[in-house]
Amino acid sequence: MRVPVSWLAEYCDPGLEPGDLARRLAMTGTEVERVSGRMGGDPGHFVIGRTLEVGPHPDADRLSVCEVDDGTGTRTIVCGAPNVAAGQSVVVALPGAVMPSGLEIGEAKLRGVLSSGMICSEAELGLGDEDDGILVLGDGPEPGTPATEVLSLDEPVLELEVTPNRPDCLSIYGVAREVHAVTGAELAEPPWDGWTDPGPGEVSELASVRIDDPELCPRFTLRVFTGVEVGESPAWLKDRLVSAGQRPINNVVDVTNYVMLLTGQPLHAFDLDRVPGGELVVRAAIEGEKVETLDGVERELPEGTVVVCDRDGPTAIAGIMGGASSEVSTGTTSVLLEVATWDGPGILKSSRELGLRSEASNRFEKGLHPALASRAQAIASRLLVEVCGGEAVPGMVDEGAGVPEKGSVRLGVGTAARVLGMEIPPATQEESLERLGFEVEAGEAGFSVLVPPDRAFDVTREIDLVEEVARVADLDAALPATLPATSGGGLSREQALRRTAEDAIVAAGFDEAVSWSFTSADSITTLGLDPTGDPRARPVAISNPLSEEQAVMRTTLLTSLVDAASRNLARGTGGVRLFESGRVYLPADGNVEAGGSFPGNRPAPALEPLMLGALASGALVPGDWRGDGVLADFFSLKGVLEQVAGSIGVSIEVVPGAEPFLHPGKAGRVLVDGQDLGWMGELHPSVGSAFGLGPSVAFEVGLDRLVAASPAGQESFVEVPSFPPVERDLAIVIPETVGASEIEAALRKAGGDLLEEVVLFDRYTGEQVGEGLCSLAFSLRFRAPDRTLSDEEVDPLWETIVESIESIGGTIRG
Amino acid sequence: MSVERIGKIEEEAAAAIAGAGDTTELEEARVRFLGRKAELTGILRGISDLDPSERGEVGSAANRAREAIEALVAGRAGELEREELGRSLETDRLDVTLPGSPPRPVGHLHPVTRTRRLIEDVLVGLGYRVVEGPEVEHDYYNFTALNHPEGHPARMLQDTFYVEPSEHLDPSCGSGPMDVLLRTHTSPMQVRAMEDSPPPLFVIVPGKTYRRDSDATHSPMFHQVEGLAVGEGLTLADLKGTLLELLRALFGPDREVRMRPHFFPFTEPSVEFDVSCFRCGGQGELEGGERCGLCKGIGWIELGGAGMVDPNVFGFVSEHGYDPDTVTGFAFGFGVERIAMLRHGMGDLRFLFENDVRMLEQFS
Ligand SMILES: [Zn+2]
Repeated sequence: MRVPVSWLAEYCDPGLEPGDLARRLAMTGTEVERVSGRMGGDPGHFVIGRTLEVGPHPDADRLSVCEVDDGTGTRTIVCGAPNVAAGQSVVVALPGAVMPSGLEIGEAKLRGVLSSGMICSEAELGLGDEDDGILVLGDGPEPGTPATEVLSLDEPVLELEVTPNRPDCLSIYGVAREVHAVTGAELAEPPWDGWTDPGPGEVSELASVRIDDPELCPRFTLRVFTGVEVGESPAWLKDRLVSAGQRPINNVVDVTNYVMLLTGQPLHAFDLDRVPGGELVVRAAIEGEKVETLDGVERELPEGTVVVCDRDGPTAIAGIMGGASSEVSTGTTSVLLEVATWDGPGILKSSRELGLRSEASNRFEKGLHPALASRAQAIASRLLVEVCGGEAVPGMVDEGAGVPEKGSVRLGVGTAARVLGMEIPPATQEESLERLGFEVEAGEAGFSVLVPPDRAFDVTREIDLVEEVARVADLDAALPATLPATSGGGLSREQALRRTAEDAIVAAGFDEAVSWSFTSADSITTLGLDPTGDPRARPVAISNPLSEEQAVMRTTLLTSLVDAASRNLARGTGGVRLFESGRVYLPADGNVEAGGSFPGNRPAPALEPLMLGALASGALVPGDWRGDGVLADFFSLKGVLEQVAGSIGVSIEVVPGAEPFLHPGKAGRVLVDGQDLGWMGELHPSVGSAFGLGPSVAFEVGLDRLVAASPAGQESFVEVPSFPPVERDLAIVIPETVGASEIEAALRKAGGDLLEEVVLFDRYTGEQVGEGLCSLAFSLRFRAPDRTLSDEEVDPLWETIVESIESIGGTIRG
Repeated sequence: MSVERIGKIEEEAAAAIAGAGDTTELEEARVRFLGRKAELTGILRGISDLDPSERGEVGSAANRAREAIEALVAGRAGELEREELGRSLETDRLDVTLPGSPPRPVGHLHPVTRTRRLIEDVLVGLGYRVVEGPEVEHDYYNFTALNHPEGHPARMLQDTFYVEPSEHLDPSCGSGPMDVLLRTHTSPMQVRAMEDSPPPLFVIVPGKTYRRDSDATHSPMFHQVEGLAVGEGLTLADLKGTLLELLRALFGPDREVRMRPHFFPFTEPSVEFDVSCFRCGGQGELEGGERCGLCKGIGWIELGGAGMVDPNVFGFVSEHGYDPDTVTGFAFGFGVERIAMLRHGMGDLRFLFENDVRMLEQFS
């Protein structure tokens, strides 16, 4: 909302610098985005000029060469505006002028023609948004007149950012009341004062309205003005509109816009002669109906859009935009002035469905009180007579459910202090509310407050009144800073363990990625997941994504990690070690507990398990001047995963397993206590190359589940052994197809409780052991908790061990 | 005679031992004076052959001499070893200026994680629990139960990503095109947390949030931390004190907090809060009068939104012990990236999610 300070001052003038007023408003709840409109330099460099001759530029199709009378002589100005023509009154920025943008105007050759000065558009002058043509002034002030005498060039404009609960601040008078409340400066009487609704009269012979659905239209008032002369508005009116950011159109439309800006209540003028019989009907649009709106666009109306119809069908989209068929134009002599109240949510919905927003819809969608219609009729009725030469037909058609009583809300005497933690004296509370337009009656236990129609939707409860007295009370300066008594917070055990695991992978040399939760459907396809069986192939899809690259939610951290890795590798980092700790999003498919359940009565729509993923390519430990490093391969990454799990006391097991995106021979499932936590392995070369990666290893495990398996903090102490062990080494030759973990399991089973530790310390394949076989060397440690073990006790175990190795196809060597 | 001779031997031995220049010479001296063929050894061996009147005197003199010589040998041996060790270490030199050879390179947490943890730690210290909620969320929690009625223009304040209806979503989800969404703030967890635990409740909610917006200061995904405190007698002054503690922990002990009235559907009264600028000390200009670029000359930096929990929100959870007539509460929320960027002087929000290791490795 653009609020020209001079217009505001007509109703309330606090005598503050605009910057100070802006700060004052910001501290009471009305954000001022900026103070604009003030010229950067001397406004005397802007004068009124008259275009004498306009001809084409010899070397540029879209430029015109204009001879302009600036009051002291004729100057040549090159102009690019399409609407420039001879005989126009225009604003000329003379050389030396500084535009609001900071641009300084000088003399310059444009395609070979010397241009001395500039003919300005509204936007260039900081007066509005109109930038597709120069500003043409209608009633022709004398050339040479300082532009400041005609336009508020040197006038500051407050650009307010109005929150959706305050449609009253989308009006000059509403802002004036706010300024009055927060500064105490006097507030002028409302501009609609003295008006009473005229009641029925002859107007009903000329026009009528029927409301088919009163829910959609709580009130519809109309008046008729005859003998109207449509033309340009007087300078004062155009100036007001331009400085408030509205483009002048003609005097009738300008009056409706002016009244809307002043009161916050939108109005709409119909050409009565283009409304057959003057009969209007308000109803919901039916499927397939169309209307051509004032902006010249033919629009198909979504079913349920509220429309104002004449006999031939929709002639305006209620509360959003008028129709071309009943538009007021130069030939109009009779005006039907509609001032109606529409259902806010309905306007919001229709405006969204149509993709059409307007000054009117912006106000209606926030909810306006039916009483406001009378205010707008009051001022517009006067102006249509004064400015447009019309004559008001006696009476006003007034349909709808009538104007509701003012709402009444009680404010307890101690309520504000209870909520704020700060006393505001009752007299101050009363004064604040009255300045804001509330009618206050003080009683024993508090106030009885009547809410003005401007605030009817925003203030309905006691707490709303607390907010009103709080914000006017210079809250920030007066409010103490206290701390509530709390009783012990903390991270949950799971959250603390998660941090430990993350810190462990950082300590293992990995950098943390935090990636988009979005990915493309394509990247999931690239992974080759089974679309029928694998839930990761059924992502949660966004219906209104910003791009195809961000159209679905990731179902695995791998897509994020390969993205980050390939971006880094493309930038020339020799290798990457990246991890991510974050959620993936999987179909719920009736499975409520797998993803970690969240608090609350309704289950989460999707499963969102926390995962820990890592990807490494190149060196895991880079080589240095002392020698080679450690290559990121299956076993070095497995070591990292073991270390991360070990940091929270969890041992993992990796068994052969497959994923379509992994090398079939270098892939495994990660198990903890037999439960599947995820996968690890080398990326399939074709997947790697699809993402621009060389040989890479990766894993992804459920972090929730890893943490759930942790005994951390719950371990019970086992006596440290005090008797010496018996150590023996064992070399076996066994087919390569037998997994090391299978052999270890056999050893442990055979060794029983006395076998304390099994360590594989050598593995060999090659000619010496024969094709398909490998040689493994284990060191075994036996120990009894209560006595020194003798060789004689270990010997029978040894025999069992040898048997068990033989039973899985191995032979003992040496 | 023998006793004098023994004294002489001891003197000679002492001189030889002191004169030994290395362990080899010392060993030679030891053999010479204590070895099997040494004179003193001979004397000791011949004691039994002596006249009984001489045995005691010569025997004890010889034994004393042997012990004295042994002690001298041991002492000199220690000295020589120290000298030789010193000499050998002298030649065993490293170039200590060569680069270290770490067991592994050092990894780095993402600045968003670091900042989030820092915020969590401060608020945990103030007595808050950390709770987490889903990011794919019901409209009910994101809007309706936060006092954004259907058709309320406040729903338009946040440009929302909607989730396509699907049989794969939880059956509690409606099938309308706008029933399921990506949460636009962490606030839905306010309602879930209240459904879950009765008051008094002090929780914070860190997590990812989503808005359909993308430029240097808006990212379609970003992180928020939400705080919610509910109990009897909580006030807006308590909110101010809490924010002051938090902001001082994040931006320095001299910071001040400023609250400006604002509008949020789920708080009443609502405020936006600012921290006094840590670059210019809240003055708006730097030493020498130059305008402060960080706060744009205002002296304050906008950080987030807050307010007293709207009684209508309690109305949605009143059956869980939240009676709007007896409890009050406050809530606050702000962006983690914004805090991280302010603390580290970073410009473009979206760059944070590029995960460029040259960026990641700058933070420890
Ligand atoms: Zn500053």
